Parts: sequence; structure tokens; C-alpha cells
Amino acid sequence: MYVWIWRHLPGPLAAKLAQTLLLVLLVSALLLFVIFPWIEPHLPINQVTVPGEN
Amino acid sequence: MTDTTVAAPPPSPPGRRSTTAAGERLRFVLRGIGQTLITLGLVVLLFVVYEVWITNLFAAREQSKVTDALKQEWRQNKDPLLPLPGSKDPSIPLGSGIGILYIPRLGRDFHFTIVQGDTVPSDAQLEKGPAHYKDTALPGQIGNFAVAGHRVGKGEPFLNIDELRSGDAVIVETKSAWWVYRVLGTPAGRNPETVQAKVAQDGGSPVLLAGREIVDPSAGRVLLPVPDHEGVQPSQALMTMTTCHPKFTASHRMIVYSTLDKRLSTRNTDLKMPQSIEALYDEVRA
Repeated sequence: MYVWIWRHLPGPLAAKLAQTLLLVLLVSALLLFVIFPWIEPHLPINQVTVPGEN
Repeated sequence: MTDTTVAAPPPSPPGRRSTTAAGERLRFVLRGIGQTLITLGLVVLLFVVYEVWITNLFAAREQSKVTDALKQEWRQNKDPLLPLPGSKDPSIPLGSGIGILYIPRLGRDFHFTIVQGDTVPSDAQLEKGPAHYKDTALPGQIGNFAVAGHRVGKGEPFLNIDELRSGDAVIVETKSAWWVYRVLGTPAGRNPETVQAKVAQDGGSPVLLAGREIVDPSAGRVLLPVPDHEGVQPSQALMTMTTCHPKFTASHRMIVYSTLDKRLSTRNTDLKMPQSIEALYDEVRA
């Protein structure tokens, strides 16, 4: 997959590196700000409350 | 001297040619699996970064918003904890600040605005700061003032709550007063899980309660007016803090109990910490 992406990036080496960096940042941002906040409440971590009295 | 050079492999015999296509495919599949696993590993690492760092950034913003709003109210001489005219109880909007928590043991920069939570505080409320279980007592009231807070990420107010020792001050600043609670258990300075204190009840002999306990997530009894004792009428003001235990999990809850030691009334116009509260920070310097 990574090889395929690398081959399909246009331009000389420097341009390919810049685009790779951009892609990595985009994917990271998508994970950090969209996917993780959405998935987190469904994970069994970080629950700090006990049930109320009623 | 022995010859350490490796002999070049012999050229593959012509008969093996037909298997290289299959080998090529196998190599392709294996590489694909390898890359997928490495990718998943990186995603998990990134999730850890999110959990312990990014969520704190968001929470800090929420926390400073509620803190500003609460201090603004105080400056305008409004006390959100006072009953509204014509009613017996205050009506505190969910998610708004009710007081500021200070714990000298956790350092001078430890201060969090406690927000009003639901019967069981929601994720959104807990992201703003430690959240009050709304059906429990208010700061300073007879009964149990119960607060939940995150242990890891989301501002992590209760990250180091396991460092509290018996007798440590837990301070809540409200519009009307500075309430100084102390972690249960005598003698002071011990691991609060190992020492108990007497908690007075109305019309009965005092009950014993340890300063800290690890309980099941379903243990709602820790929120009772006299924690762990159903049907008992309280006659002193207690405070309960709940968080997750061990860190990063939902398997148990850590509960820390304190009892009201003293009340300091202030005007709170300049919102400065009084001298006698400052002095509590010297207690833990040793």
C-alpha cells in the first residue's frame, strides 16, 4: 500500500517527501479530531463515576 | 586465519523458475499483512497521544471558560449556591461552576473549578472539570458533597489523588466561604486506605470509615450521606471524590473521603486566597 502510494505521488523526490508529510498530517488530524473523539465514549476506559442513589 | 567471507549463493537451477511467481505472491501478501500491523500499531500509539495530551487541551479550554464565568458571577456578588427567591433549593445550571477545588498536597498550581453535574455526571460535564453529583450535598452542608473527576486525560484533575494522605487538606472555595475538608483517618500522614476515622451520625453511635477505598464501579453506596451506611442520618459534612482505578481502566473506582474541618468566611471581592488558607500549603512542604 505504502509502495503504491509512493509510486503514484507526482514530482521529484522533494515534492514526494512534502506530499508524504502532508498525507501523514492529514490522516493524523482526521484520527485525533474526528475518529478518536467519536470512538472514545464507546471504549471501556476512563469511567470515573459511580451510579447515583436512585 | 579463517576465511569469514560468505560464499555467494549458487545460481538457482532452472527447474525452480516456475515457483517464483508463487513466491512473489506470498511475499506480496506477507508484506501487506506486515504493513497493516505496523499501521495499526501506529494508530494505537496515536490514540495514547490523543488520550493523555489532546483531550487535556480541549478540557483546559472548557475549564477556563467555566472558571471565568464563575469568578465573574462572584465579582457581581452573585452566589450560585444560594436558593432562588421563593424556593428552598438553589437551581444551579448543569455544567456551570459551583466552587473551586484546591489540594495543597498536589501543588500550588492545582486548582479546578467544580461544575454541577447530573445525578451521575455526564462525559460532557466531566470534560469541563470535576463534576458534582447533583443529588448530593453542596460544599459545607451536612451530608456528603460528592465529586467525580477524570484520572487520565480530559484535564486529569484526579490523576494523583492516590498521593493524598490522611489529614491532608482538601479546600473548596465558594462565594460565601472557604471550606477546608481533611482526608479521613487518624493518625495524619498515613496511607488513608489503612486508617479510619469516626464519622458521627444523628441519633446513633459514630461509624468507622477509612480515608480511601477501592470499590466496584457499581458501588453507589459511596455517595450516601454517610458513605457505605444506608439509612443513617448524617450529622457532619463529608466530601467524597470518585475517580477510576487503576489508571486507564474502568474496572474499579478509587474513592477518597474527607470531613469538614473548618469554614472561613470571606468577602471574596478581590478573590485572593486568605492567609490562613495559604498556611495550609506549608503543612505539606515537609
